[in-house]
Amino acid sequence: MTALLRTTGLSKTFSSGGRRVTALDDVSLTLEAGETLGLVGPSGSGKSTLARVLLRLTEPDAGRIDFAGTDFTALRGEALRRIRRRIQMVFQDPLAAFNPRATVADALGDPLRVHGLAGRRERPAEVARLLGRVGLAQDLAARPIHEISGGQRQRVAIARALATGPELIVLDEAVSALDVTVRGQILDLLVSLQRQDGIAYVFISHDLAVVRAVSHRIAVMDQGRIVEQGPVQSVVENPQSATARALVAAVPRLMRQVGEDRD
Amino acid sequence: MSGRLATLRGLGVTYGAGPAALSDIDLAIAAGERLAVIGESGSGKSTLALALAGLLPDNVRMMGSIAWEGEVKPVPGRDIGFVFQDAGASLNPVLQVGEQVAEVAQRHLGLNWREAYAYARDLLTQVQIPAPDTVLNAYAHQLSGGQRQRVAIAAAIAARPRLLIADEPTSALDTIVQSEIVALLERLVREAGMTLVFISHDIALVSGFAERIAVLHQARLVEAGLTADVLRSPREAYTARLITSHIGLDTPRLVGAPA
Repeated sequence: MTALLRTTGLSKTFSSGGRRVTALDDVSLTLEAGETLGLVGPSGSGKSTLARVLLRLTEPDAGRIDFAGTDFTALRGEALRRIRRRIQMVFQDPLAAFNPRATVADALGDPLRVHGLAGRRERPAEVARLLGRVGLAQDLAARPIHEISGGQRQRVAIARALATGPELIVLDEAVSALDVTVRGQILDLLVSLQRQDGIAYVFISHDLAVVRAVSHRIAVMDQGRIVEQGPVQSVVENPQSATARALVAAVPRLMRQVGEDRD
Repeated sequence: MSGRLATLRGLGVTYGAGPAALSDIDLAIAAGERLAVIGESGSGKSTLALALAGLLPDNVRMMGSIAWEGEVKPVPGRDIGFVFQDAGASLNPVLQVGEQVAEVAQRHLGLNWREAYAYARDLLTQVQIPAPDTVLNAYAHQLSGGQRQRVAIAAAIAARPRLLIADEPTSALDTIVQSEIVALLERLVREAGMTLVFISHDIALVSGFAERIAVLHQARLVEAGLTADVLRSPREAYTARLITSHIGLDTPRLVGAPA
């Protein structure tokens, strides 16, 4: 079976104030259909650059990306647009990702219009269906994006990603800005959508505990490189790289006993 | 237990015509304790921090009172140090790091500039900035987020305040830097015998160092108590929800083998 996503030797260097910064250094990874790859690492490790390269919002300097057996890096024009439908994204701050004056229906209608997925007449029904899939009431459609809560907004962002029927969604710190009591509900939603539709996720976070909860496999990044990857259990219980060990040690633990040992 | 540093009675804060940001808060802060104030967005936790620090804008309506030990109102910046979430915004972008830390010491400790500058260098060492001599001459934007927060902490403690208020000081940082900053704050307040009020949304994070936890929800104080008591037997359903919402390395995973 071919992997849904395979990256080979991805590299990317930015220059910043005369300095050259290696954001990605020979990144190779694979993702099967219906699987979640957790991508974890400290700030500046290259996680978000990798997300942008996977979406081809940023072009890599070297390396290639194969998606569903096609060289995604070589695609241009209409062929690129067609494959883009199958890869969607959700970012940390949904307010920044939307036109703030748009209504929920506008935000969900855009991908349907851009990709020609529903005509003007069918759109309200399709918007209602998408809202239902992410557990939102249909009367939310007429509300402006800036008026709804952060949790509702992130559900709308997920609904918008679902609009094109993607096989892969890249989630970049998608739950990091949410209140903790809302975060669990969004994680449950993502997992149930994956079960229903077989969507694969690249789930990016600096929080190893959250990554562990939703991922099948974990890749640990530091300074642009994948320093470790493997099944969740082995990375968390038996980390091999210094970065993974530091990430494990940094997870806050609930200490219910006075003087409970921190490790 | 030593005396009370501050006693809040019926404290309420309202911005403009909006709903109350804080309502009827009764809370005592003991001198030298490490108190965590926990809440989610809109709970009023940052307003509580600003009210304590005397940094609320003029156009707010305040009810109730804050009584201070010795009946003397503390001076923000001198008696109370403040560390914010966004260290980049709290540091002056056009002043070198050494100048802004030294300025606090010069102003509040009566040092001359030479002494204040030497003291600033000591402070940068205390907050474990690698290469303090280089950082003294750097500007905030040249530093990483973690470094900037260390500088902001150095500036906050420069006047040797009795009370240090840290409002989500690690929320913009990754977990590795977060654990370093928390360990640093814990050591600094311990060594100086400072009172720490640590505002956070993360009850697990504070459980490692706070002696007491106060939980805010929708502008009200829902409960306050010793950390171990609150975590083991929360009195309010909301607190219990916060505790069960914690995701740690021992939380059951949501996925098994891929479909």
